[in-house]
Amino acid sequence: MAIIVLGIESSAHTFGVGIARGDGRILANVYSSYIPRYGGILPREAARHHYNVAHKIVIKALKEAGLNIEDIDGIAVALGPGMGPCLRVGAFIARILAIKYSKPLIPVNHAVAHVEIARLTTNAKDPLFVYVSGGNTQIIAYSHGRYRVFGETLDIPLGNFFDTLARELGLPQPGTPYIEMLASKGKNIIELPYVVKGQDMSYSGLLTAILRKFKEGIPIEDLCLSAMEYAYAMLAEVVERALAHTQKRELVLAGGVARSKRLQRIMKLVAEEHDAIFKVVPDEYAGDNGAMIAWTGVLCLKSGITISPEDSIVRQRWRIDEVDVPWMQ
Amino acid sequence: MDAIRCEILAKGAEAVIFKEIWYGIPIVRKVRMPKAYRDPRLDRILRQRRTINEARLLYDARKLGVSVPAIMDINLDDTYIMMEYIEGVRLRDILNSMRHEEVKSIMKRVGVMVGMLHVNGIVHGDLTTSNMILTESGNIFLIDFGLGMHSDDIEDLGVDLHIFLRALESTHTQITDICFKSFLSGYERIVGNEMASRVVDKIWEIRARGRYVSPELRK
Repeated sequence: MAIIVLGIESSAHTFGVGIARGDGRILANVYSSYIPRYGGILPREAARHHYNVAHKIVIKALKEAGLNIEDIDGIAVALGPGMGPCLRVGAFIARILAIKYSKPLIPVNHAVAHVEIARLTTNAKDPLFVYVSGGNTQIIAYSHGRYRVFGETLDIPLGNFFDTLARELGLPQPGTPYIEMLASKGKNIIELPYVVKGQDMSYSGLLTAILRKFKEGIPIEDLCLSAMEYAYAMLAEVVERALAHTQKRELVLAGGVARSKRLQRIMKLVAEEHDAIFKVVPDEYAGDNGAMIAWTGVLCLKSGITISPEDSIVRQRWRIDEVDVPWMQ
Repeated sequence: MDAIRCEILAKGAEAVIFKEIWYGIPIVRKVRMPKAYRDPRLDRILRQRRTINEARLLYDARKLGVSVPAIMDINLDDTYIMMEYIEGVRLRDILNSMRHEEVKSIMKRVGVMVGMLHVNGIVHGDLTTSNMILTESGNIFLIDFGLGMHSDDIEDLGVDLHIFLRALESTHTQITDICFKSFLSGYERIVGNEMASRVVDKIWEIRARGRYVSPELRK
């Protein structure tokens, strides 16, 4: 019998529960997202949302999979990176389930989970990952026992850049699709700072410069077009270098911003230039979700990675390159 | 015009480098090529900015007395720089077979050159022994400022030396220590003890972050 793991995700705005089986099948993927009335995510408000929906979402996931909690072999939870108050909800629910039903508790790194669900759903073996979301922007590849970072943002993540920009321009959240829509109507590329330092990119200067141009009365369509092209070009340049350096033959786009059609086209061109196959995580597994935690939980459990409830503290800045991934050997 | 004979010297991620003979004089033409993945308008802006950046760095380095190729022409429409062709051998190809005394003296001179750049706020950006040419008369030239920038931030200077040390480790494994020590003695003489130790400390700090270390070097 293949093992079955229930996974809980709560690192930011989404509380999600997924159920995955040892053979790679996702049996359930249920979630509820907190939407701020205005401004960005307030961690405590998001946490309150998570507490309110947690019970319902767990039940719904079990129902979707047609399982009882007794059928589950382990409880996986994202312990980081993410927002403390949000992460603590998931950890709390996971500990309760693990203790009450005597199931092993499995610590999962949120970034590893994004990468693993992308690998599972695209059938990639050992790719270079471009992981872009509201909370993270990293270029990642496996090497010597761990996923290593071959480039990342020095300040704000790409998704956060688009969200903040959208908010300042008076557009709805999440910002990326709206920016992309307006960008398609843009006519001019304006002069803006382009900051790549070695293998890292910086988006905060770009954001400030665009907002200044907004006040100067530059059309919003041109601002969106320029913002997107500069931001993606910076990322693409670093990805290109990482591909040349690591010699990986696959390029996989993961994380919430992977849904961007323009970004997909750009990454496809970068991959083609380096004779790599381009793949992108399916939309339903692009944003934060419980299924990715469950699936990574399966991989961990098979490698004997568990944690005692007493030790299962959340780690807001838990980096992907601090995590051993023995199943990749 | 009279461009005779054209051969490709190198093809990088960003540029193609041609050797041409103009009126009997060998020159190098570095052309920045368009990238298909970039919006063509942005692509043009970036290629122009980088062409200007590289030309400015070459010019500033030369003004400091550091041996770099002289610029002969710069064209922003076709984003190329035409510069002096430096006849000689790359340090990369000869360093390993040289006597240690010779290696030391060469590396010390490289240290002096890089020190001159750093103390004047110029970061080379790609310090490898492939980018150092020894001429027949015994001069050392620094080439390829394509990844360079103006900066006096210790972090940027540290990255510059980190890249150099990594290049020594991978291509001159047996003599890395001799090379780097001699390099630092020359570097220190120009920038002073205090600045040198700050930059060197930065190298270890950058390495401690781990992710910069190439997989082969990670134990």
